[in-house]
Amino acid sequence: MILHTIFFYLFSGITIASALMVISSRNPVHSVLFLILAFFNAAGLFVMLGAEFLAMMLVVVYVGAVAVLFLFVVMMLDVDLTELRQGFLQYLPVGGLIGVVLLAELLIVLSGWAFAPDVVGNPVQPIPDMAQISNTEAIGRLLYTHYIFFFQIAGFVLLVAMIGAIVLTLRHKPRVKRQNIADQVARTQKVELHSVEPGKGI
Amino acid sequence: MMDLATFPSLMPFLPELTLAVGALVLLMIGAFGGERTTSLVTTLAVLLVLVAGLVLVFKAEDGVTFNGAFVLDPFARFMKLLALAGSGFAIIMSTNYTKREKIARFEYPVLILLATLGMMLMISANDLIALYLGLELQSLALYVVAASNRDSVRSTEAGLKYFVLGALSSGMLLYGISLIYGFTGHTQFQGVATALSAGPVSVGVVFGLVFVIAGLAFKVSAVPFHMWTPDVYEGAPTSVTAFFAAAPKAAAMALFVRVLVGALGPATADWQQVITFIAIASMILGAFAAIGQRNIKRLMAYSSIGHMGFALVGLAAGTEAGVQGVLIYMAIYVAMTLGAFAVILFMRRQGTMVEDTSDLAGLSRTHPVVAFIFAMILFSLAGIPPLAGFFAKFYVFLAAIEANLYVLSVIGVLSSVVGAFYYLRLVKIMYFDEPAGAFEPMSGELRVVLGLSGLFVILFVFIAGPLGTAASVAAKTFF
Repeated sequence: MILHTIFFYLFSGITIASALMVISSRNPVHSVLFLILAFFNAAGLFVMLGAEFLAMMLVVVYVGAVAVLFLFVVMMLDVDLTELRQGFLQYLPVGGLIGVVLLAELLIVLSGWAFAPDVVGNPVQPIPDMAQISNTEAIGRLLYTHYIFFFQIAGFVLLVAMIGAIVLTLRHKPRVKRQNIADQVARTQKVELHSVEPGKGI
Repeated sequence: MMDLATFPSLMPFLPELTLAVGALVLLMIGAFGGERTTSLVTTLAVLLVLVAGLVLVFKAEDGVTFNGAFVLDPFARFMKLLALAGSGFAIIMSTNYTKREKIARFEYPVLILLATLGMMLMISANDLIALYLGLELQSLALYVVAASNRDSVRSTEAGLKYFVLGALSSGMLLYGISLIYGFTGHTQFQGVATALSAGPVSVGVVFGLVFVIAGLAFKVSAVPFHMWTPDVYEGAPTSVTAFFAAAPKAAAMALFVRVLVGALGPATADWQQVITFIAIASMILGAFAAIGQRNIKRLMAYSSIGHMGFALVGLAAGTEAGVQGVLIYMAIYVAMTLGAFAVILFMRRQGTMVEDTSDLAGLSRTHPVVAFIFAMILFSLAGIPPLAGFFAKFYVFLAAIEANLYVLSVIGVLSSVVGAFYYLRLVKIMYFDEPAGAFEPMSGELRVVLGLSGLFVILFVFIAGPLGTAASVAAKTFF
């Protein structure tokens, strides 16, 4: 149990520290790397909860795909940091004040936290006995049966995102030569063989 | 485990299914046929909306399905018909405009269809997850169509601004949803309502409720979450603005009613004060901020903020009469807005769109019929009897007075008087200023929409009875 507590504080401590570094480090590449560190530690927390499927998903999807994509974008875009930081000090007092107020409100709510004991007992879909069934299977059984509606709608949301990305970025420019493989393969009359002398072009 | 015997009933879901499958088919037609199928896809999209409406009226059965996530009831029917009508007319009005502005693409009607699907899911949401997914489906499609004129800096800016602020509001909504789930243990609306009525409402639920209201207020552009509205309305292509102003507002308002009255009904005392504040702030800002506007699209943006405030007055009452008032208000609002935007889409001179209020000068001499109908719509927006807008305000204020919300009602009536100023100023510009030159002839589809809207507004007294009955049947859903 002590080991459990130590690891909990280790993972959550590093998560919070790296989350702070994400928004405060000067170099955006470092920010993304800290973000990856935060994801790894959050995954560690999920493992400790016994949710190994979510932990692996977090690593595969967020670290493997999203964070790497971020890294590409950050490296490709030439972001001028000094320009981005220009208004920072100017907005800091107001932003900080709002943040502090919100934090204080949250603390008031959380300190007055009175979890009704029966609430824990009445989730719509209680967690099945983990000795009988792995949690990957448990999620799969729920997701594709009970929550099939949500699953399909989420699919539609992703479809709209895809259409949107294409609509907003794809341009058919005239006078751009595109490779047409069918044309190339079908070329018979115009195929010629040249005997090229060494050291000279055609 | 689900076997065939427990396969969820699809009967309440038929209109959405029609729309979803149809939108995918149209997408395929467009993707394989290329840009030349644009007008075909647009025509089919309008037909599809019509078919979905007919399925909704004649075929779909009331009921709850998908394990309680989706519900079709009289309230949902009423608002869905409104959303479908708003979307259908918005597609019709866009046909000529998008061609002339050279932004006609087959994806445009498909995205509007998918946004409409999102709206219908929002209206029928009976679960916090379904609510969020429907809202995201609608919003994501709206962000894209706002930026659909890619070569215009203002359109791109509108899309980006809408996206960033929309994402922020979705974050607030999700946070609120997680708090409500955490403190009640339910995501389904009935479950939440049962858990809340069991005892005193805990601080956590109130906190969640405030965040959910903030997220939804953003979607209906109520003060203090209205900042995006004028910029997005002005920057987006006018046909898109016409769409934004009508159907999504109706859907978001329906969601507002369902969440607050349906799920959080036992906590009415807690949300009533928040809604009262939002309603008062929206009405006052809508009335005063629009006075200085010279761009007619910005003016309509502030006008819509004000109207959302009036509709929220009915919700603040939290009674059956209040919900009925909201329903009637939204129906009339959609009809008036579509008519007003038919006129704005018609403001084209020498091949370019004009958007300044002074461009309307002398419309009564250059286009007397258009000027007359537009004047009637403006009088109705201002709430002058016996036009439709008067009855809309009458029902919500009546409900508010019955619920003893006197301060709210008095402020509402006063701000509606202030608001009348800028509508009447437009009438004055049209009738008493020197003509600024004729517009290009009005295209057929705009004539139809303007005519229908004008008839609705002027002859509302004759359909007030049936509409009131339909709204009262719909409002009984919750009581």
